[in-house]
Amino acid sequence: MAIQLERKGGPIRVLTETGAVEEGERVDESPALLLDMYRWMTFGRAYDGRLISLQRQGRLSTYAPILGQEGAAVGAGLALEAQDWLLGSYREGVPMIIHGMAAEQLLLYFRGHPMASVMPKGVHCFPIQIGIADQIPQGVGVAWGMKLRKAETATLVMFGDGATSEGAFHEGMNFAGVFQVPAVFLCQNNGWAISTPRAHQTNSETIAAKGQAYGIPALQVDGNDVIAVYREVKAALEKARGGGGPTLIEALTYRLGAHTTSDDPTRYRPPDELKEWREKRDPLARMRAYLESVRLWDDRKQEELERETQSRVADAVSAGLETPMPASNSIFDHLFAEDTPILAAQRREQAADPSLVEDRVNG
Amino acid sequence: MAEKTLLEAIHDGMATALAEDDRILVLGEDVGRNGGVFRATDGLMDRFGSDRVVDTPLAEDGIVGTAVGLAVYGMRPIAEIQFLGFSYQAFTQLLMQAARIRWRSGGSLTCPLVVRAPFGIGVRAPELHSDALEAHFVHTPGLKVVAPANPYDAKGLLLAAIDDPDPVIFLEPLRGYRAGRAEVPEGRYTVPLGSAAIVRSGTDVTIIAWSAMVAVALSAASTLEKEGIDAEVIDLRTLSPFDGEAIAQSVRKTGRAVVVHEAPRTVGLGAEIVATINDTVFTSLEAPVARVTGYDVPIPSPGLEEVYVPSPARVAAAVRATMVF
Repeated sequence: MAIQLERKGGPIRVLTETGAVEEGERVDESPALLLDMYRWMTFGRAYDGRLISLQRQGRLSTYAPILGQEGAAVGAGLALEAQDWLLGSYREGVPMIIHGMAAEQLLLYFRGHPMASVMPKGVHCFPIQIGIADQIPQGVGVAWGMKLRKAETATLVMFGDGATSEGAFHEGMNFAGVFQVPAVFLCQNNGWAISTPRAHQTNSETIAAKGQAYGIPALQVDGNDVIAVYREVKAALEKARGGGGPTLIEALTYRLGAHTTSDDPTRYRPPDELKEWREKRDPLARMRAYLESVRLWDDRKQEELERETQSRVADAVSAGLETPMPASNSIFDHLFAEDTPILAAQRREQAADPSLVEDRVNG
Repeated sequence: MAEKTLLEAIHDGMATALAEDDRILVLGEDVGRNGGVFRATDGLMDRFGSDRVVDTPLAEDGIVGTAVGLAVYGMRPIAEIQFLGFSYQAFTQLLMQAARIRWRSGGSLTCPLVVRAPFGIGVRAPELHSDALEAHFVHTPGLKVVAPANPYDAKGLLLAAIDDPDPVIFLEPLRGYRAGRAEVPEGRYTVPLGSAAIVRSGTDVTIIAWSAMVAVALSAASTLEKEGIDAEVIDLRTLSPFDGEAIAQSVRKTGRAVVVHEAPRTVGLGAEIVATINDTVFTSLEAPVARVTGYDVPIPSPGLEEVYVPSPARVAAAVRATMVF
């Protein structure tokens, strides 16, 4: 079993922290794909920044930033095939967008708009999961269904380091090992679960080590190396599709921002640690340095990309902010395939006098 | 037509469904090789294969959580929780996840899932096996809850639950598993969800019960008949959504009602039924609606469980008090 804990020099990495190609590694991905990675990371960072400022302006209720995690997010999202399924938490909006969720749905989620969780037809994502780790056994079930139906597809389940302490993680991993389902578990270990550091979350040396307990091959990858994440997730998905069973991937990354906009990380996070990750391990800076070194990128292209990204973000933001709230009575929709008599009565009761709904600012 | 116990009727319902639709699979602890600890799935693994009747690891939240994923993906899982008391460990996936998938995804994802579990006192099982937890499920928007009391309904309601496009908790009366035999048709038939049955017609008082308490209510009704009190007994059959119309019609006729359930009294389903009677037929009432229920304590150790559970004598006493109000 390929548990690569003892890998010399730490996690799997294609690019060094300064963007050079690691010794013994090669970059065979097409220029188009490499540029796509960088474009998506740039979009992820810009959209994230915009959502934070919208929250500060009071347009969103709360928001969970991804700043610093764009490499893991984009590498994972791009590794999926259209027919694969993706289940993730509230910090996995970017891979969901890459996998087909509309970009404005992420904004809608944090605006408290129910359309955020309505998946467009043919998009194989579960809505953003709030219950920590609950998507893990669910993803195992989806993968199990694929195996039973002999679909040559796989399921990617994403979660954070904190989720690995939940029972659902253990139960899901255990089922995945026993039934050898085509699932890939990608833990974005960003160092912190709100204020709880990784070292306090588990006494395991690594999160990847937990794979061993379930008979699931596991590996650690540098989560700020988008190429490495892409490769490892893609390889694990391919293995799963071919009947090779599940894989646990621990992507080592870092949450440069707060847990959510309601959180103040200066209360608990050592400033030196933050500084080191921000200045030395930025996933965008690393990829840009690499692209420049192979002459795929320059300042002019960067300027162009920034303009293009601004307009993509602006489109998502205006679509998200302009989507009207559904009618009040829609809260009764889709609880069941058909209203039960009790629900139908409550629907009529609410509709009879909508003026009884308290007025509030409709963000 | 064969005579079957309730347990055999449930077995028959699952076998019928498994034979009809290859998306259906049964999963749970000891349901395969062992055929279930009560033999509800006896022989089904040999007949349908270990991909369709699946022994799972011992993890209730894992069973329901993977069943949720299977259901959303397009399979039709029937998950067994060995005893309803162990479903506490699956409340996350049942109450927090399965119940709201259709709603929160605006209908873009659905969760056609059946979770079966036996409950109630009756086999002197150790503590935590017997808990009557229906109120938790009924209180959770997005779940349907079914609780048959006889073999015919058990099979017909189970097939209706399997057909239903939404998650259904299917509660089986432990005491009723082998309590008697009744005619159960071969092959497919369904009993619609949401519809109660009058299992004894009467004119003086309506007794509303479900699951193992239907037999208790009927026994009380026989005693009362000798005293000249003619009780109507309603088997609620589906607890969510429950058939408020059938209750209202009966109470309109009798003017008196007693609700019987095994679960604790406070905020039990009985309270909601009383409220519904007040809302719908208040002016027909000749007396306050009485409740005969478990007490507000955990189900006691098996040596004392009869103290807790409603008996025919307690039901009869409540009816008499209602008659002379």
